[in-house]
Amino acid sequence: MGHEEAQKTLPLVQFHNVTYSLPNATIISDLNLTVERGETLVLLGESGCGKTTTLKLINRLLTPSSGEVQVEGKSTTAWDPIELRRRIGYVIQEGGLFPHFTIARNVGLVPALSGWDDARTNERVREMLNLVGLEPDQFAERYPRELSGGQRQRVGVARALAADPPLLLLDEPFGALDPLTRASLQREFAELATRLGKTAVLVTHDVREAMILGQRIGLMHKGQLLLLESPERFRASDHPQARAYLETLNVNGGEH
Amino acid sequence: MSFWQFLQANWSELLLLVRQHIMLVFVSILVAVIIGVPVGIILTRYRVLRGPVLGIANVMQTIPSLALFGFLIPLPFIGGIGTRTALVALVVYSLLPIIRNTVTGILNVDPNVREAAVAMGMTGGQVLRQVELPLAMGVIVTGIRVATVIAVGVTTIAAAVGAGGLGVYIFRGLRQYDNNLLLAGALSAALLALAADSLLGLVERQFSFETKRSVVARRLALAVAVVLVIGGAVFWLGRSTPSTANRIAVGSKDFTESALLAEIVAQMLEARGVSVERRFELGGNLPHEALVAGTLDLYPEYTGTSFTAILQHTPITDPRTVYDQVKQEYADRFKVEVSQPLGFENTFAILVRGEEARRLNLKTISNAATEAPRWRAGFGQDFMSRADGYPGFSKTYGLKFAEVREMDLSLTYIALSSHQVDLIAGNSTEGRIPTLDLFQLADDRRYFPPYEAVYLVRQDSLTRVPALQEVLSKLANAISTDEMRRLNYEIDGKKRDPKEVVKEWLKGKGF
Repeated sequence: MGHEEAQKTLPLVQFHNVTYSLPNATIISDLNLTVERGETLVLLGESGCGKTTTLKLINRLLTPSSGEVQVEGKSTTAWDPIELRRRIGYVIQEGGLFPHFTIARNVGLVPALSGWDDARTNERVREMLNLVGLEPDQFAERYPRELSGGQRQRVGVARALAADPPLLLLDEPFGALDPLTRASLQREFAELATRLGKTAVLVTHDVREAMILGQRIGLMHKGQLLLLESPERFRASDHPQARAYLETLNVNGGEH
Repeated sequence: MSFWQFLQANWSELLLLVRQHIMLVFVSILVAVIIGVPVGIILTRYRVLRGPVLGIANVMQTIPSLALFGFLIPLPFIGGIGTRTALVALVVYSLLPIIRNTVTGILNVDPNVREAAVAMGMTGGQVLRQVELPLAMGVIVTGIRVATVIAVGVTTIAAAVGAGGLGVYIFRGLRQYDNNLLLAGALSAALLALAADSLLGLVERQFSFETKRSVVARRLALAVAVVLVIGGAVFWLGRSTPSTANRIAVGSKDFTESALLAEIVAQMLEARGVSVERRFELGGNLPHEALVAGTLDLYPEYTGTSFTAILQHTPITDPRTVYDQVKQEYADRFKVEVSQPLGFENTFAILVRGEEARRLNLKTISNAATEAPRWRAGFGQDFMSRADGYPGFSKTYGLKFAEVREMDLSLTYIALSSHQVDLIAGNSTEGRIPTLDLFQLADDRRYFPPYEAVYLVRQDSLTRVPALQEVLSKLANAISTDEMRRLNYEIDGKKRDPKEVVKEWLKGKGF
């Protein structure tokens, strides 16, 4: 147990000189980044800038071509990938729910995989559905196709949180939603993350979302991290890429 | 006889054939699924294997079934005569759609869903069992459905290797020109295919995630499937396996006379307390291969066929020499005994329409040579290809026809009488020769070698079952050509049950 205590003081995620390349293209070059415990870090950038790749390097859906990604002080390649992924909640667009599982089974997936007994899993599922604002009695036995996009996204978040992982990864989680639903989910998520004290890395191309959710915002462009600042300092930045994003905020309120 | 009367009279036999048919399809599809789905899964994991394996499955599906049977019969374990060979062939034909749909189904699973599964910390096996297979199941079931419908059709060929099924009626119907048999066989097969298609369509719908369905219905479908599989397996395994001690497997070729001669021996053996396994109506050279391989104990044959088609000698015309040489070589090469001749010959009979023969005053084949350039000839595949067949025949008599059509032997008689062709090579004992008013031209240059009917018996069978020797010596010189024609006509012409005809004949002979 002393070993685990020692781990608690380490940063949750660290990128050391990470490069990720495919045979004909470099996706990430020489990335250095530290995610502190309890913070929500937003990676902002246009499509193809490498932000999703960065996320997948953390839960070892990808492994670096060179350099090292550490989770709780241990290189991802040294982790057992199954154990590593069960400690990391993952939310993607539309939630990535299993269409053939009920909502309850989707949410209870990781606990069930980790060997929790049925009673404990069921209890947890109800707790999680309540947490994301879905009435368990009404939703538990439904299938994903019977829910609206916003409801599915809530289920996706509930599933990611179910096994109480120390880290959440979110890839454009609110991207496919209509503006009103998106705004309310963003508010709720920000509140939830603060209340639970979860560490989260969120990827988005929406600067407004980054400003609402991020304690720190990392701006990515062509595989590189251009700057990493708090929302206030990001707003004041004179970096041309940052300015370009901030202009859109002034022109049309941040909606794309 | 009307079709309805036919059904009433043959109800129980038809049901038996339907049952055999269903079992053949069911077991072969079950085996094809057990092999095909895992192979399909492996192909989704190893991209390099995909092309070659699907290519092989593709090629296997194009092998003609009779060629495949011929290849399988001499093989140990999977080969032989009967159900097993038919099953192997059916499995081979069913694999492609099942493998292909398994691959397609799994590769078409939404990549987001697969990625989510991996990211949740599922192991490879969990992703496959809990996500990929359930989501691919609809497409896989479609593959099984396609394979099943194809198998219902292909299973009709199983009759050629004595595995039974509705093909028995279809082949027999073609041979005897009996529309009732044809209709009963073909209609039942078509209805089976439709039933299988709609049943599996229901199962398929259970795996669609776009439509709403209740958990109860799903459990019910699953339960029905499980009961079917287990029931089928129990039924299959529970069939009694016969002991071989006092048992004789009697085979025949796929025409009426051969089956009739086989039935005669079968009934005589049964009267002497020997249990008989009937493997009748085997296609091509399958009876010979099965006899040599030991899956048959005996079948009726003609000396000329053995001499030229099996032993590959050039045809000669002296009956004594042919018989002696066949007997000698069969004993040496195959350990097979040749019985005494049965008393009649079934040689090729060159036939023309009776009215034509009378009008042109034709008696011999030589007489016909001058007419040949105006005539169309229709010959069976057998006659076209064998050493004592068409090439030598046309050369000997200097015949040049306007057209030569290769067709099914049993259809040539009707083609001749309905003026589709003008000359055919039939069998001299064919029962329809008198009834269709056909005329046999004399073989005045003695081209055709002798075709004396005999039984071919394995030597070890003769020592194992002593009653065989006694039966065969009783049948020596017991059947004349006229008698054989009459017996053939009882079955082909009057559509009587061969078993009844044989029973009657044996009684009249006092055997």
